[in-house]
Amino acid sequence: MRYVDEFRDPELITKASEEIYRLADPDRHYRIMEVCGGHTHAIYRFGLKDVLPSNIELIHGPGCPVCVLPMGRIDDGLAVAKDSDVIFAAFGDMMRVPGTHGSPFEHKARGTDVRIVYSPADALQLARKNPEKHVMFFAIGFETTAPSTALTLMRAKVEGIKNFSVFCNHVTIIPAIRAILDSPDMRLDGFIGPGHVSTVIGCRPYEWIARKEGKPVVTSGFEPLDLLQSLVMLLRQLRAGEARVENQYKRVVPWEGNRAALKAMAEVFQLRAYFEWRGLGFISQSALKIRDEYAEWDAEQRFPIPGTRVTDPKAAQCGEVLKGVLKPAQCKLFGNDCTPEHPIGALMVSSEGSCAAYYNYEHRKAAAMVTSISSVA
Amino acid sequence: MNGKPAVESGRAAIRFRDPQIEMAHGAGGKASRRLVEGLFAPILFQNAGEFLGDAARVRIDGYALALTTDSFVVKPLRFPGGSIGELAVNGTMNDLAVSGAKGQAMVVTFVLEEGLPTTDLEAEVRAMADAAERSGVAIVGGDTKVVERGKADGMYITTTGIGRFMPQVTVDARSVRAGDKVILSGPIGDHGITILLARGELDLEADLASDTRCILPLVEAMAREAAPGVRWMRDPTRGGVATTLNELARDCGLGIVLSEEEIPMRDEVRGACELLGLDPLHIANEGQFLAVVAPEYADAALNAVNQAEGGEDACIIGEVRSEPACAVLVTTRYGGSRIVDMLVGDPLPRIC
Repeated sequence: MRYVDEFRDPELITKASEEIYRLADPDRHYRIMEVCGGHTHAIYRFGLKDVLPSNIELIHGPGCPVCVLPMGRIDDGLAVAKDSDVIFAAFGDMMRVPGTHGSPFEHKARGTDVRIVYSPADALQLARKNPEKHVMFFAIGFETTAPSTALTLMRAKVEGIKNFSVFCNHVTIIPAIRAILDSPDMRLDGFIGPGHVSTVIGCRPYEWIARKEGKPVVTSGFEPLDLLQSLVMLLRQLRAGEARVENQYKRVVPWEGNRAALKAMAEVFQLRAYFEWRGLGFISQSALKIRDEYAEWDAEQRFPIPGTRVTDPKAAQCGEVLKGVLKPAQCKLFGNDCTPEHPIGALMVSSEGSCAAYYNYEHRKAAAMVTSISSVA
Repeated sequence: MNGKPAVESGRAAIRFRDPQIEMAHGAGGKASRRLVEGLFAPILFQNAGEFLGDAARVRIDGYALALTTDSFVVKPLRFPGGSIGELAVNGTMNDLAVSGAKGQAMVVTFVLEEGLPTTDLEAEVRAMADAAERSGVAIVGGDTKVVERGKADGMYITTTGIGRFMPQVTVDARSVRAGDKVILSGPIGDHGITILLARGELDLEADLASDTRCILPLVEAMAREAAPGVRWMRDPTRGGVATTLNELARDCGLGIVLSEEEIPMRDEVRGACELLGLDPLHIANEGQFLAVVAPEYADAALNAVNQAEGGEDACIIGEVRSEPACAVLVTTRYGGSRIVDMLVGDPLPRIC
């Protein structure tokens, strides 16, 4: 399969792995954060830790949109759906995320009209097909998904579709990275920069990380070879004592970003003064809200919103895991009270959440004898 | 019912604590297993004696028969490569086949929705007749119920089949040993991805058809050449290969180690899974089976399946190891590995 197989070529992967072993100083411990949940997922799915030296520690970052959404927002969205009798449309990722009174799926079983959509445009289509009902799209995601929400709202306005609105939870990646770097207990050597977010915002917004914080950033693709090459690029910079922003994912990420997408976002959204992030708390100017010109399609302006605030269960250490201070398995609840089937924290829900990825792909492996695996079959 | 316990003996406690039934309880993954083992088995099965993976062993006057039942609630009713009627016959025949039995007779229940066009019903009845003829089973009776409009997706079909056990074939997770080989009959994911695309909710098209078929001829071919070596069989329907093998791993207490590159899969399935963020190992199949065979019989078993019609793509995808206990490990071509768990809920596409 093109664009997939060449990035999973065993020979090249072995070469990249050898290069990483060669570049890594055995006396040094490297802490590299992969910002994006998609990277976390790929690292576990492809078992990349098995081909890396043990002194390269990958720290999972905050780039999982489902994981950073505070529970109160889910409660608010579901409350609107229930109280105002609207169709609650969201991505599949949202469906098992627990709210105070259950996940969207559990609400569906109790009678709320919950639908999975694959894009905001599908939610708009749902509104066109159900003119007697109101469809609310529960929007989540970083700059990756925000432009498609923006374009959908522009379309709704042009067509004058009145039975559609967006409950906007879009967040932006840079403030989250800044919050991580400001965290006193965090020591990082460099970043594997977001891939899909960068297709929209480009690489320039990361330059302060290199310049002011002195840490290299390499925006990376999601295939095994992408990630290994990004590590090679990071290690080369670290070895040379450099800190630059580099683009490994050139086949997809333009340095300047996607102007059309940025324009659509600017047309529809403005920055919120502050927004609550799960685990990270309130971060100023870290999220998007719908501009007044689109107020008619803004669920927060259209419906009464309870404004629920929920503190995470005390025992759950989602915040520490989100910031990379704790490994998933170091959380007291991991694997016992909190599992993908009965998640307490959102990190255990999304397949991009580091806890779910760790649970699904890595957990129990420690006990397994994975040597001599090549002899299978 | 998927996820029936391998063996149930004595009185088990009711452990099912979920407050309400959700879609996940029918998805064939963890929640389904919890429902069956935590509620149905302790209340219904306590004195029923011996259970097999996909069919029960019933003793009547000293003669053992295989008995199974399966309901079909697929949407849409017709899809590339098949339809609900064909699925309903093949599905029950396959449950019997992987229990080591040859389906002999079947009864069928139709739950029809008010307003269902007769032409649609007739097409499905004909599809059932054709499938029954192809697989050599007699449909001997049935029942019909009609529910109000909106209460069923056109029609639901339940088939119940009775079968005769093949000589020398024992299907028992407890007989599985480290070193045994895992055989898969053909490419995975065709059915699940076909249905997902046929629903038309995704703007995706692929040249794919459901793999629905009766696998009895393949199982029989394998049994003829390697019956004493066959330890366990199962058809990886809902929840896919990963869920089915996780159930085996838990039932036998051993580890199943698969080699990713050996798992046959069409590019269309791979591509759709890559795009949607799904694991093909979690995608449903309707015309494949998995078999665990003693190593000394593995080549004979595989050759027999390969030479049977429709078994050309069968291969050995992995083996049983003592570790990781009760889990499934997938190894990649470049030396990485990952644990693959049962499906949780329905497979949901990821956003980014």
